[in-house]
Amino acid sequence: MNDLSSPQLQIEGVSKVFGSDGTEVVALKDINLSITAGEFVCLLGPSGCGKSTLLNAIAGFSLPTCGRIVANGAEVVVPGTDRAMVFQEYALFPWMTVAANISFGLEIKKIPKAEIIKKVATLLEKLQLREFSDRFPKDLSGGMRQRVAIARALALDSPILLMDEPFGALDALTRRSLQEELLRIWMEFKKTIVFVTHSIEESIYLADRIVVMTFRPGTIKQVVPIDLSRPRDVASNRFITIQKQLSQMVMEEQMRFQKDEAEHLRV
Amino acid sequence: MTDRNGRLKNGMAIFKRTLHGTIVPVVLLIVWEALTQSGFINPQILPAPSQVLLKWIDYLKPLEPYDPANMSYLTWFFSGELPHDALASIIRVVGGFGIGAGLALPLGLLMGGSARFYQLMNPLVQLLRPIPPIAYIPLAILWFGLGNPPAFFLISLGAFFPVLMNTISGVRTVDEIYIRAARNLGASGATLFLRIILPAATPHILTGLRVGIGVAFIVVIVAEMIAVNNGLGFRILEAREFMWSDKIIAGMITIGLLGLAIDTGMDRINRYLLRWHRGMDQ
Repeated sequence: MNDLSSPQLQIEGVSKVFGSDGTEVVALKDINLSITAGEFVCLLGPSGCGKSTLLNAIAGFSLPTCGRIVANGAEVVVPGTDRAMVFQEYALFPWMTVAANISFGLEIKKIPKAEIIKKVATLLEKLQLREFSDRFPKDLSGGMRQRVAIARALALDSPILLMDEPFGALDALTRRSLQEELLRIWMEFKKTIVFVTHSIEESIYLADRIVVMTFRPGTIKQVVPIDLSRPRDVASNRFITIQKQLSQMVMEEQMRFQKDEAEHLRV
Repeated sequence: MTDRNGRLKNGMAIFKRTLHGTIVPVVLLIVWEALTQSGFINPQILPAPSQVLLKWIDYLKPLEPYDPANMSYLTWFFSGELPHDALASIIRVVGGFGIGAGLALPLGLLMGGSARFYQLMNPLVQLLRPIPPIAYIPLAILWFGLGNPPAFFLISLGAFFPVLMNTISGVRTVDEIYIRAARNLGASGATLFLRIILPAATPHILTGLRVGIGVAFIVVIVAEMIAVNNGLGFRILEAREFMWSDKIIAGMITIGLLGLAIDTGMDRINRYLLRWHRGMDQ
């Protein structure tokens, strides 16, 4: 088990450079961050700030050019089931039913069938998906699909949950209800969550700490701890004050992003 | 009550649609019949549809009267020339398609799955692919003589490339997100290939199979005209020698019906296998 004093996720001097000869893009530059067990951290920033790149590096899909990432006491070199991912697009397997999607990871772990059935039933119940278990993803709404994606990730029992703008495509109401559900799950299962978003409001609503990132090269601009008690009131003065503060920071980076985009068009 | 009404309405709608769809063919048939009956067109060149229908029934009918001592009723019923020809053609299509697709599918999966193998094989495939199966006829006869072997060779060749090309592109264009998700869930190697890449590629593969069987059906007619002495392709060419234009057309219609049946069957299979696919239900 992790002892509480040592971080569950340690990012040490991570840089990531894409491309080669001439057209190099520095996506991440010297990122240092340490996340303790049970913490809810949001990575916030405009497009091109490298927040998804950092998440993919933690997941092990694309390793850093230099620096290292240590998760659960081991250096990340390949994707692993100790770092379950919920993707931004609908990455459910469309040819599998809801239940089959959730049990896929368990089958690979060679867990006994009876146990899989029990576990899937529990997860279906927890995420209010029971009556959808035999449906294919195409029959579900966006919100339902992301519930399945969360259930699929939870099935792995991984201590770390990585989420790449999971609610980005949902309408505001569905989004809020899934955020609440996620907080409930986070507390119940005691997960460490790294959550990528470009919504300031979402990050304040969810996170213990918000890591604001800069536009290209992606560096940490500032780490903002959110000490509001949960459930958080989005209309409270404190919430709005923090929102203004963060908004200013993020907008600076957004401006840089837009300027860069315009320059590229001119070339 | 409402359910019954609904069903009735639905039935009416289908009936109307069917009626609508038959207008053009019926008008065409009437004009055709009138033109030949009035002597405007030489029936040797284009026989009247009624004559074609009579010939078709003739072609379909058993050659000898029913004799229970000789054979069962069913055997007798299908003992006509047309059932024999149709069966011969179907066996060639199915057999040739089976061989062609059976070779193309594993090769396509390998080429799609391994970049190195793809680089090794692709130039050869690209070189051979544009050669139409028909161009292989002289070689096929030289190698296999006459009869079924060259026919099977040509048909499988016709089915081979569509299945191969679609399988390769199906495997190569699998959305990266599925592979990432699967790897994140612990899948690798054979599991990743069989449970993620293969099903994700099925829409493409099925398209290839459907095109492949279509080409096989075209090639079977050509092969029968050249290399064998039964089957629908042989029969319509034989009919030409006797100037039996009605039999030619009756044979062509049979070819059309068979092709339609095969395509409908493939469509059913597609629908079942792709029931998870978006845009597959109405």
